[in-house]
Amino acid sequence: MNDLYLIYKNMTRKPLRLFLTCFAIFIAFLIFGAVTSLKSALNSGVELSADNRLVVFNRINFTKSLPIAYYQKVAAVAGVKDVTHLNWFGGYYQEPAKQIVSMAVEPESYLRVYEEVIIPEAQKQAWLNNRQGALVGEKLAEMYGWKIGDRIPVSSNIFTHKDGGYTWEFIVSGIFKGDNEQYDTRQMLFHYQYFMETQTFGGDWIGWMALTTDDPSLNEKVAKAIDDSFANSQNETDTSTEEAFNKAFIEQIGNIGLIIFSVVFTAFFTILVVVGNTMALSIRERTGEIAVLKTLGFSSTRIFRMVLSESMLIALIGGLSGLAAAWLLVEGGKTFLARFLPNLILGGNIALQALVFMLLLGLVTGLLPAFNALRLNIATAFNRQQ
Amino acid sequence: MSEDVLFQLTNVRKSFVKGKEKIPIFDNLDMGIAQGDFVAIMGPSGSGKTTLLNMLGGVDQPSGGEIWFDGARIDALSESALTRWRAENIGFIFQFYNLMPMLNAQRNVELPLLLTKLSKIRRRKNVETALALVGLSDRAKHMPGEMSGGQQQRVAIARAIVSDPKLILCDEPTGDLDRGTADEILEMLQLLNRDHGKTIVMVTHDPAAAKYAKRTLHLDKGQFVQREVVA
Repeated sequence: MNDLYLIYKNMTRKPLRLFLTCFAIFIAFLIFGAVTSLKSALNSGVELSADNRLVVFNRINFTKSLPIAYYQKVAAVAGVKDVTHLNWFGGYYQEPAKQIVSMAVEPESYLRVYEEVIIPEAQKQAWLNNRQGALVGEKLAEMYGWKIGDRIPVSSNIFTHKDGGYTWEFIVSGIFKGDNEQYDTRQMLFHYQYFMETQTFGGDWIGWMALTTDDPSLNEKVAKAIDDSFANSQNETDTSTEEAFNKAFIEQIGNIGLIIFSVVFTAFFTILVVVGNTMALSIRERTGEIAVLKTLGFSSTRIFRMVLSESMLIALIGGLSGLAAAWLLVEGGKTFLARFLPNLILGGNIALQALVFMLLLGLVTGLLPAFNALRLNIATAFNRQQ
Repeated sequence: MSEDVLFQLTNVRKSFVKGKEKIPIFDNLDMGIAQGDFVAIMGPSGSGKTTLLNMLGGVDQPSGGEIWFDGARIDALSESALTRWRAENIGFIFQFYNLMPMLNAQRNVELPLLLTKLSKIRRRKNVETALALVGLSDRAKHMPGEMSGGQQQRVAIARAIVSDPKLILCDEPTGDLDRGTADEILEMLQLLNRDHGKTIVMVTHDPAAAKYAKRTLHLDKGQFVQREVVA
């Protein structure tokens, strides 16, 4: 027998109470794990934005195009390291419901600006040298079973092909990965030139630009310089950091951060009160036993440690099982939600955050009962018992 | 102080503060307990019996005076030093047994040994010896709830003696037991005193219980009013 055995026996003396307490914590961390993963998936674009990357859109709104001439002008602005341009294609595969994030880009500059796109050199060269070539993200290729060399028909719900149809044929030149697990590889990139030559809207415009600055500290200055240089023109620009743009875009569907925070906070607060009350009650019931342990010669600090360890263990048992259930839920939901939330994962950072919360929960709920046990006066406790 | 004196209380004062009122319990109490003594302390409710026992056991401190144990002064020890001292020198037996309900008899008896550096095997051996001494070897795996009051008190006695303390303090050890069982427990205490040389201080209301002690001290209003030697 040792202290751990005593803690275990104290914990399990009322199995139903232990189960209910652990279950409450289980639910809290199930919610936390699942909801935080969801939030992270929704915000992954924001979180993965490079510090020094800016986006330049038409000031009217981001669906309005910009003249191609702006590209060279932006490249010449002091502090701009690299710039690329992109056009939204509005693509889908086989049927409109199977939408694909697909963009016509200037290939070489795109790969310089978006360094997180990882592609083997041979595939990169194959793409650069094939105007009809497309770079396909790993998840997208996996979703439709595409391989290098495949000819894939992708239709647009915006543009018309010169042949009168809505479908373009691309050749898969390469399959790219992201430099981290959360990077969205459910997208497709192809040559701007090929797109321009084959669509019917004319060829002197671009959708938007993305650029990197020499240093994040220059972001504000560069953004102002760009917007100033196009001020009072027919196409004024709105330049912001990619992070700010993505955040604003996400917030169009609601203040997710606030919703998540409210749900998690409410659940946590409720659990904290319930568990804290249960722990305090359970220790109060044991006042006489604690007094006996002290009488036998168990030091106050040893008893303090035992009581605190008990609440920590309860928090960890409930919390870790809740987190494991959240992981199973997220893994299960991944397949189902892959089309809408490709970055849905319960990653290490969320698990670590949850672990910190578990320890905090154990600490906060156990501290007061442990402190009471620490200060318990033996004679008073025995008097109360009689 | 004589060499065979285990406990010596000199001019011990003790008072409690209740609100703004100071309630004196003892005023200049003197007392000596020799090694191997078996003392019964009797007295009416509120006479200070339990307070005295608590001070002897180091769970309560006097307001003044000195308490010496085996040549060392204990009334000035810090709480942690006093806790260590208790673990090394004192065995406690309570009226309501105070066993841990979630531990079986063997584990309950083993509790004080967790405070020692004894090996697991040594601890088990000591527990077996203590349980054998109180005649409960066959009940080692029983939970307190599965035993009678007398058996639980015997487990408590085993717990009190397992670490071989110099002094055993008993607070109404038979107060919750029927006469027959009470006598068994008292005979056991007598045996521990007589055959194993344990010094015992017992607080009791029961004159029949006090007869098992070597001498009886009567407390009233914080003073010893009568000292008698029984055996």
